[in-house]
Amino acid sequence: MELKEVIIEKLNGTLKGAVLEVTDFRGDLCLTVAADKIIDVCTFLKSDNDLEFNMCEDVTAIDWAKRKMRFTMVYHIYSLKNKFRLRLKVNLEGETAHSVSSVWASANWYERETFDMFGIKFTGHPDLRRVYMPEEFEYHPLRKEFPLLGIPGSIPLPKK
Amino acid sequence: MDNRILKDESNSQILQALMADTDISIDDALENEMILNMGPQHPATHGVLRLLLRLDGETVMACVPELGYLHRGYEKLAENMSYMEYIPHTDRLDYTSTMCNNVAYVLAVEKLAGIEVPKRAQYIRMLMAELSRIAGHLIAIGTFAMDVGALTVLLWAFREREKIQEFYDKVAGARFTTSYTRIGGVAADVTDEALAMIKNFIDNFDPAVDEIEKILNTNRIFIDRLEGIGVLSKEDAIRLGVTGPTLRGSGVEHDIRRSNPYLFYNEMDFKVPVYTEGDCLARYFVRVEEVRESAKIVRQTLEKMPQGEVRANSPKKVLPYKTEIYTKMEELIHDFMIVNFGMNPPVGEVYSAVENPKGELGFYIVSNGKGSPWRFKIRSPSFCNIQALPTIIKGSMISDVVAIIGSIDPVMGEADK
Repeated sequence: MELKEVIIEKLNGTLKGAVLEVTDFRGDLCLTVAADKIIDVCTFLKSDNDLEFNMCEDVTAIDWAKRKMRFTMVYHIYSLKNKFRLRLKVNLEGETAHSVSSVWASANWYERETFDMFGIKFTGHPDLRRVYMPEEFEYHPLRKEFPLLGIPGSIPLPKK
Repeated sequence: MDNRILKDESNSQILQALMADTDISIDDALENEMILNMGPQHPATHGVLRLLLRLDGETVMACVPELGYLHRGYEKLAENMSYMEYIPHTDRLDYTSTMCNNVAYVLAVEKLAGIEVPKRAQYIRMLMAELSRIAGHLIAIGTFAMDVGALTVLLWAFREREKIQEFYDKVAGARFTTSYTRIGGVAADVTDEALAMIKNFIDNFDPAVDEIEKILNTNRIFIDRLEGIGVLSKEDAIRLGVTGPTLRGSGVEHDIRRSNPYLFYNEMDFKVPVYTEGDCLARYFVRVEEVRESAKIVRQTLEKMPQGEVRANSPKKVLPYKTEIYTKMEELIHDFMIVNFGMNPPVGEVYSAVENPKGELGFYIVSNGKGSPWRFKIRSPSFCNIQALPTIIKGSMISDVVAIIGSIDPVMGEADK
């Protein structure tokens, strides 16, 4: 059995109803996971002896702008043992997501980046600060409504 | 504690993060702690990295890296321009090894659009990426040696790097910002003259590395300043998601060229250097060995390079050659359509990652079928590696900090994006 099938079968066996959708585009396996199950799914994928997804490569979000569920969280995780990469997606109801930094420590900064750029808040994150933008900056630049040229006056210039 | 700093920044979240963790206690160093700002203009912080250090005497008790001084919004820009237009911007990510970024980007777009690239073009890409890796590592080794006090090596490393930039000049027309790849191939074929130059360079390259190794590896000061300094354990390395030489220096054999091969790396014969010590010296050794391995790959690509086209025949997605545009109507139309309306990949999303000198460079692209990506995410290795700095630095001496930063080899162009 191929690894892709193993992953789906195992997840469906242990965590019923957690996987909502499976897509496979250009060889990238992508699972859409229920928002409240994401920590369970991640913990399982990391700790299962056959799968061992022990590296979190990237966490980011997509802003769909006009959809009802506006934000989608995207996780790329990697198994050093199987040399396999998996993408997890979570459609968010609002602007809050569960932090997976308790599962993979590396998610800490990726989630900070997502918070900074999209304004998505992470419950259970140990240190949710901005990464790139100044602390007093009010906007989130990668949201679709943020103009490409920026907002004049949003970062105060030095006094004359 | 310096009360004045705290008073001024009493609400600063950075400072709060710095003071949060207090589980290291050193007996009576000077009976007080000090906040030290290292960077963003410190010469050892590779551009604009700022480290806030909390010191007890000379020991670092906590470190909080602060990014954002160079943030150019490259993801936002990508979402507002066509796929072709973005190629020059990839040069500005890891500007020490531009070709690698060019290759990484077009591989991601080709995966998304489903474009088959001719074999010769792929070999040229591999050749250029490996030369670029050598160039990137030479800077890493040179500046690293300079950080711990050896200036000569910097000059020698730059001398070799200059030769690689000469080839860039020959094949891409620019020494620094190459923008050499195109979606579906490369900008232009490499001439026999350039290939001969590269062969000549690579034949004389090993003695040059020997020279660098001889001056560093026999230098007591160099070894003493690195051995056992800034140890990152295997578990921590995986936990913190570091990649590249930093990961392999900690004993994890993971190289995307081997584990998930792209281009023709599965046909190449090369080793993946791994060291288990996880200290600064191990990371330096990994880089030196990787330079030699890259030279080996370059030699093999030169031998095996096939003849043929260097751009895919897919007129709706791949730009035609300039000479054809001036003489043929069809090509002119295709060029006009691609430049003005972009090439339209199907609806979907891909993640494509390559092994860059600094680690895993990945592009995550979400397409809605239009000429520009809906979401474009760069997974840049330096950003992820800098995340490990607080763990590595904690408990070391202030003078080790420069060595540790050098051993991670961050490039702020891609950390800040």
